[in-house]
Amino acid sequence: MRVLKSLLIVLALVLVALLGAEIPGGSILFGIVIPYVALFVFVIGFVGKVLGWAKSPVPFRIPTTCGQANSLPWIKQNKLDCPSTTAGVIGRMLLEVFTFRSLFRNTKAEIVDGPKLAYGSSKYLWLFSLMFHYAFLVILLRHLRLFTNPMPAFLAALEFGDGLLQVGAPVLYQSDIVFILALSFLFLRRVIMPQVRYISLVNDYFPLFLILGIGITGILMRYFIRVDVVNIKQLTVGLATFSPVIIGQIGSIFFVHIFLVSVLLAYFPYSKLMHAGGIFLSPTRNLANNSRMVRHINPWNDPNIKPHSYAGYEDEFREFMVDAGLPVEKELEPQPEAEQAPAES
Amino acid sequence: MLYDKVKIIPGLVVFIGLVTFPIWFNVISGKATPAPVPEKSLIAKECVEPTQFMRTSHMQLLNTWRDDIVRTGGTRKGTTANGTEYVRSLQKGCMKCHASKVKFCDTCHNYAAVKPYCWDCHIQPKEII
Repeated sequence: MRVLKSLLIVLALVLVALLGAEIPGGSILFGIVIPYVALFVFVIGFVGKVLGWAKSPVPFRIPTTCGQANSLPWIKQNKLDCPSTTAGVIGRMLLEVFTFRSLFRNTKAEIVDGPKLAYGSSKYLWLFSLMFHYAFLVILLRHLRLFTNPMPAFLAALEFGDGLLQVGAPVLYQSDIVFILALSFLFLRRVIMPQVRYISLVNDYFPLFLILGIGITGILMRYFIRVDVVNIKQLTVGLATFSPVIIGQIGSIFFVHIFLVSVLLAYFPYSKLMHAGGIFLSPTRNLANNSRMVRHINPWNDPNIKPHSYAGYEDEFREFMVDAGLPVEKELEPQPEAEQAPAES
Repeated sequence: MLYDKVKIIPGLVVFIGLVTFPIWFNVISGKATPAPVPEKSLIAKECVEPTQFMRTSHMQLLNTWRDDIVRTGGTRKGTTANGTEYVRSLQKGCMKCHASKVKFCDTCHNYAAVKPYCWDCHIQPKEII
């Protein structure tokens, strides 16, 4: 049901773009106005979200400790999985951002004959999400060819490498295949594994279908239903130089593609996709585990409330504690009553 | 109140810089390739397929010609919808009318930043400038 709902939403979006681009002025709306609005929403939403997170104080160290913490000199510390220095944190973050190390630690739980509960390593999620993200990055960078004029030089090498197999004309990009393959896996994983299906919501399936829709329309445009690239580049470069024009035939599939991308951009900051920014602001990853070396003081402590040590507390209440029969660290000084009276006066 | 301003503000500046890359790159590079005006044929009145088809799909057409002729020994003869005969060949067909690679092929290819690998096998024609 949740799968179907997400699919229907994406299909409805496709239909909106298909029909909308046909009405007079529709090409301007879907080709120029909506992309600008979407980009604006994306940037403002992204920055706003990050600033919102930055406003939340993180007074104490809450890193996930995935290895041996810094301890006695003869106990070997796991410097990447339980870093106690900034350098260690940077190393941990770099590996997390570029190689998804926390997904690498993904495990599966199974009931085997016995019945016994068994945990095993499960690397598929890590592998396919790595494939998906890097293919997406390559595809994104490749698209700069349509938004820059002339294209930056480094992209020529990327394009050549991506089409290295020289299959067909226009050449087949390996990243397209990897992208669809990985996305299909990530979708099937949610549908086939009962535990994952149970916790999957519309906002899990919707981005999957949306991105799949973008991929499929892009692939259709490149290999099957050809569109006029020169006319499209005049529009896209126009978008980047704030002088967009729609000249000649473009093909309605292009409007579907760009509309789905616009929806993705506008949806991005308000969805789980925001993990792109959130990963950098995750206190469980970006804090050093140095609670035993540095005293972290809560910034919203009331300065009028002075620290009250246990020794001071006992000094204040020792008599009452002794009276109540509570154990004290320092006993009351045994003084004869006769001597006590003049001392107090 | 913002915490960790020293790290978050530069991070956001980098983010905005990356997202707006096409905008400022186009401003900096300045020397934009002009919108292409490929040279029209003076010899023939029609191409092998309608203009819009040729604009979008000429590479696929050339690819089918190559596969057909080089790999399965297909014919070199082609006929347009109006009955005009032509030679299915890049150099002896296409370039009979569109003689200049620079004035025809390159105009759009440079603009769209595509590098077809036609000339990996074919001998690139010498341009008369």
